[in-house]
Amino acid sequence: MITLIDYNAGNLTSVRRALTHLGIPSQVSADPETVRRADKIIFPGVGAAGAAMTTLRQRGLDSALKEAFAAGTPILGICIGCQIILDYSEEDDTECLGLLPGKTVKFRPETSISPKNPLSPSTNPLLKIPHMGWNAVSVLQPHPLLRHLRSGDEFYYVHSYYPQPADPAHTYAQTEYGIPFPAAIGKDNLFAVQFHAEKSGAVGLRLLENFAQW
Amino acid sequence: MLSKRIISCLDVRDGKLAKSVKFVDTKDIGDPVEKAREYYQQGLDELVFYDITASNEKRGIMLDVVSRVAEQVFIPFSVGGGLRTVEDCASVLLAGAEKVNVNSAAVQRPQLIREASQAFGAQAVVLSMDVLRVEKSVQIPSGYEIVIHGGRTRTGLDALQWAQRGEEWGAGELVINSIDADGTQQGYELALTRLIAEAVSIPVIASGGGGKPEHLYDVLTEGKADAALVASMLHYGEYTVAEIKDYLTARGLKVRKQ
Repeated sequence: MITLIDYNAGNLTSVRRALTHLGIPSQVSADPETVRRADKIIFPGVGAAGAAMTTLRQRGLDSALKEAFAAGTPILGICIGCQIILDYSEEDDTECLGLLPGKTVKFRPETSISPKNPLSPSTNPLLKIPHMGWNAVSVLQPHPLLRHLRSGDEFYYVHSYYPQPADPAHTYAQTEYGIPFPAAIGKDNLFAVQFHAEKSGAVGLRLLENFAQW
Repeated sequence: MLSKRIISCLDVRDGKLAKSVKFVDTKDIGDPVEKAREYYQQGLDELVFYDITASNEKRGIMLDVVSRVAEQVFIPFSVGGGLRTVEDCASVLLAGAEKVNVNSAAVQRPQLIREASQAFGAQAVVLSMDVLRVEKSVQIPSGYEIVIHGGRTRTGLDALQWAQRGEEWGAGELVINSIDADGTQQGYELALTRLIAEAVSIPVIASGGGGKPEHLYDVLTEGKADAALVASMLHYGEYTVAEIKDYLTARGLKVRKQ
C-alpha cells in the first residue's frame, strides 16, 4: 500500500489515478501517524514551496516525513516533492525538509545562454520560464526506478525552479534546458523526480511501477 | 531542449465528439474518451477538450467526460468552453484536467484570467483567442482582431495587444486560433502566429488550418510556435500522430517519440 501525502498539492489525484490504472493499491492521507507507519510514500506536488512547507508543518507532516525517511521507508517525491526535500528553496525564501543536502534554485534565462551552451542565441533567443513541456532525460547513474529508461525518453515538465543537490553523487538523471539540471535525485530510500511521471505517458507509468516494486 | 508539442483539440457537444468547420456546422464523429485514448496511445503530447454544449443543464456531462479521460489518459490536457468563474475552472481541474482554457469569458471579463492564475498558478491557465484578419486601423494596429462566440462577434480588441495583456494578467500559455484558416486545412496563419510568438514570453500554440504535416513544420519553424494544434487531419484518420512526428523528425525538428 502506497500512502500519498495530502498537503493540498494539485496533482495528488492525477498520481492516484495513475496508480489505480496500474492496479497499485494506494491511500491518500494527511495524518502524520499514517505517514510514519506507511509501507511506501509518494510525496507529490504542484504549487509553491512556501505554501507547501507551511501546510506540511501545520499538519505535522514535516516531522512525519523526516521520521519515515530515517526509518528507511521508500519515498518518491514528484515536482515540488523533489524540491522541498532539500535544505532550502529560493522560491519564497523557504527553509525546507533537509532530507537531502542541497537547495532549489530558479532558472535564470539570462545566464542560461553561455559560451559553453551548444544552443546558439540565434536559434534560441530566450528560454521561456516556466520550463513547460516534454524534454529528454538522460541517466547519469543506474537506479532501480530508472531501469526502463532508454536514451532520449521524454517526460513532462512544468516548473520554474530546479533541485540542486550539494553532492553530485545524489543526481541520477539530468535534463537540458539551456543548462543541464538534475531531473532525478536521491539517496538511500529516497528518490525524487522533477518531471511529472503521472503525466508522462508509458515511460512515466513505468517509473511508478518500478517504485511500487522497489 | 523542449520538444515541439503536437496537441489535438476535441470539440465535445453533449458528451459526444464534434469537429467544427468554419465554426458553422458540426458533425458527430464519435466518443471523446475513446478518441483521447487512441491519440494517447499513438503518442500525442497533449489534448484540449472544448465543450460546445449549448445548454447549461448538460454541463455536467462534460465533467464526466473529463474524469473518464483522466482515468485512462496519462498526458496533460486542458478543458475549455463555458468556463466563466474560478469555480467553473476549479470543477474541471478537480475532475482531472491540468489546465483550463478560457476564451470568450476572458474577453468579457478579463479579471477571470488573473483570478484563475492566482488560484491555480499560471501554468494551469491557457488563454485561447479566436482571431480574424482585418484592415489595419488605429484601433486594430496589428490588423488582427479578437472575435468571440465562435467567431460571430467582433470585439474591437487588437489581437497582439490582447495577447500581451493576457500574459501580463497571468495566462501561462496562449492558443492562437485563426478564424480565417480554421477548417480550411490549407495551413496555419504563419504571420499571425509569429507576430504573437515574438511579442510574448509564454508558449504559443498555433491553431486553425493544419491539414498536412508540412503545415505543422511551417508553423513550428517560421511561425515560431511552441506547439501546433491538429484536428481534422487526425480525426478523419488522414494521418496518425506517428506519421506527423516522423515527418517533423525527418525535417530536423525535435518531437517526442515513444
